[in-house]
Parts: sequence; C-alpha cells; structure tokens
Amino acid sequence: MKVVIVKYNAGNIFSVDYAMRRLGVEAEITGDLERIQSADKVIFPGVGEAETTMKYLKEHRLDEVIKGLKQPTLGICIGMQLMCKYSEEAVSGRVDCLGIFDEAVRLFIPNEQVNKVPHMGWNTIETVNHPLFKGLPEDPYFYYVHSYYATMGENTIATTDYIHPYSAVLHKDNFYATQFHPEKSGELGEIILKNFLDIC
Amino acid sequence: MLAKRIIPCLDIKDGQTVKGVNFVNIRNVGDPVELGAEYSRQGADELVFLDITASHEGRKTFVDLVRRIAQNISIPFTVGGGIHELKDVDTLLSAGADKVSINSAAIKNPDLISEVAKNFGSQVCTVAIDAKLEDGEWTCFLNGGRIPTDKKLFSWAKEAQERGAGEILFTSMNHDGVKQGFANDALARLSESLSIPVIASGGAGTMEHFRDVFAEGKADAALAASIFHFHEIAIPDLKQYLKQQGVPVRLTC
Repeated sequence: MKVVIVKYNAGNIFSVDYAMRRLGVEAEITGDLERIQSADKVIFPGVGEAETTMKYLKEHRLDEVIKGLKQPTLGICIGMQLMCKYSEEAVSGRVDCLGIFDEAVRLFIPNEQVNKVPHMGWNTIETVNHPLFKGLPEDPYFYYVHSYYATMGENTIATTDYIHPYSAVLHKDNFYATQFHPEKSGELGEIILKNFLDIC
Repeated sequence: MLAKRIIPCLDIKDGQTVKGVNFVNIRNVGDPVELGAEYSRQGADELVFLDITASHEGRKTFVDLVRRIAQNISIPFTVGGGIHELKDVDTLLSAGADKVSINSAAIKNPDLISEVAKNFGSQVCTVAIDAKLEDGEWTCFLNGGRIPTDKKLFSWAKEAQERGAGEILFTSMNHDGVKQGFANDALARLSESLSIPVIASGGAGTMEHFRDVFAEGKADAALAASIFHFHEIAIPDLKQYLKQQGVPVRLTC
C-alpha cells in the first residue's frame, strides 16, 4: 500500500509521518502531483492558516489534484478546514476553500461559560456508526488545537461540543476529515488512523 | 467535554532525565523517551521537557532527543529551556516538538512572542512565568527565579496574550516545592482575566490539591514533577479521583 502525505506550506506534517511509522507504514511526504494521484491512500494534514495555505495550494495546482482524488483521502485539522466550502480565517473574513464538503469553517466566539479560544486539549466525540470508528470505546477523547471549526452538516459523522456542537469528523465519498489530531491522540488516534488505512 | 489536563514535567540535562526518578517497570529511567512513554501509557495528557543544559553540545543532544520523543510518543509535548531567539524555536519545532515554552527570553524581548506567533502560530507558543508574591504583589522573575524584574504577573500575562501567546504556564515561586497546594487565588484571577488556557505549576502535594486547582484555581491544566517521579501520586489514581470529584478528565486505563 502506497501512502502519501501531502507536503505543502503547513506545519507539523512530520508528526503524521511518525504516527504512520509507529503503525508500520512507510509513507511518502511529497507535493508532487503525480505521486499524490498515484497513491493508494492520501493524508492531507497540517497546522496553519487557511488563506495562505489555500493560496499555496492554488499556485501549485494542488487544489485541483486534491479535489479530483478518487482514493481514500484523510484531511487533518487545517487539512479538514481546507476541504470545506469556505473559511472565515482570512483578512477579508472569507476565503473560498476546496468545496469537497459543503460545510463552512467559522471562528469560535467565546461565551459566558466557555471563554477560552483556541479550543486546546482533549475532548470527547459523539459518533455515528461508521467503519472509521470501529474499536473505539465509549466517550473517546482526542487532542484538539484550533480556533476555527467546521459547521454541522450532512457530511458530519462525529461531533464535538465546545461552546456549541460542531463537526469533529466529516465524510463524503472517498473523503474523510478530522478536526482533532489522530497523530497526537495516543492509542485512540492510532485506531482512527488504522481504520482509515483499512478502508478499501 | 473538554478535559482538564495533567502534565508531568521532566528536567533534562545532556539528554538524560535529571531528578532521581525511580520506576520499576521501565528499563532506563534516565532516558526521557522511555519515561515519557511510560507517563503517556499511564494517561498523562501532555508532557513538558525542560532542558537545563548550559553547554552547546548539550543543546545538540537535546534537539536529537526532541526528534526521538516525536518519533516515539503519540501525545503532545512542549519543550522549554535555552530558547533565546526565533531560530531556536524553528529548530525545536522542526525536530517535532508541538509547542515551545518561552520564559526569560520573552521578558527580555517581548517581541519574541509576537514573532513566534506570527511565524508558527499561537498554538505553539507557551509563555512561562515564574512569579513571587511579595507585599501583596506578584513580581515576575528571570533565570529560574533568581532575578526580579519590573514586570507584574497579571499585566505581563495579558501582554503575552495580546502578543500572541497560546497558553500561559504560571509557576508560583511561593508554592513551588512546598507541596501545600497551588496558588489558587492568583490562578483563578489569571484564568478569568485571560482568554487563553492557563497551566498551573508549583505546589502539588496531594490529589486534593489537583481538585482544588481546577475547581478553585480555574486552571485548564496542572503541571507537576517530583510527585509523579517519586510515585507519591500515580496518574491513573489521580485521574480516577478527579473523575469521582466531578472534574472532567480523560481516562485511558
């Protein structure tokens, strides 16, 4: 199985590579369009800011290539947000993203009860019955660091409640995406990554 | 629900853990990777590795160590100690650290916080503050608490947040090492005045102290070293206790 981790101008993509190695998978980290297209599985990870990363994707034609992928593809954190319709993380307040998912990405607005943004730390998810969640215990905790969130929509297969419920995991056709970092979420994160690799 | 975090802190010198740590179930307790992995298995939510090496060779060893930690441990970790400029931050993040903790360098050069946030994002930037309560005022100290500054805890923490810090790690020098509980009054005031998470440090002695620092101190996370290293409190027991006390925690075992 050939796993490719998409290399672009986002930070922290090596953590995903290390997590793959712990699962016994030698992934290739590349921004090469053909290498990405010919992979069996694609992971689109990263920590970054929507507007500048989106600009980079367009300049390198990665936007079209990622949108056109037919193999199982997993977005993580900013990767997930870039796969949504648009994001509020832009100087103008809106940047169009890949539009794989119809859901939008909005900024958390703190309220009286919850006054801390970014949402940082371990939080539980509520899931629907889905192969990606096979083997997870009840109330599983995953690690999050983010100030923007994907809204709830028809592609939502797991939610997290922070300030309000939002999409923790999205799924549409061959595309999967998690707002949390499975590569930093201990054993349960490894279950998610392994389930993704097991998806045909 | 967002869990309150429990964070063991490991002091590192020349790539080895410093304090006389004694664990029966791991081979080499001097190896920070093995010790960190054991804490991760026990349910630690994050790890902090503080480099107290002074020499240049020691620094290189620490960067190699950070790479090994990132390869082997699947929970987030912060590294601190010896960070003076943006280049140091870049080196540590490139080696695989999730966050860096900046202390004296941030006080001497507050622009460093802004630069780190701008270049790598606020989420990687933890500003550590050592402060001491004297005559009713919390004064910030440099160099591990040896040199007083003109900065005051609450205003400095606020400034750090405005400059782009993602978290504040506050150590009360009055409480550190005394094991009589955390500085809950100051912590609560700090937590309520900031919109970024606060990590409490200094004073952990019993499990009740952790309950209090979350309930009264309104901390988002609590950091401790010796009570974990010397088995005075085991993390699984602590998590069970906190859960019974109504504190949201992540149970792993």
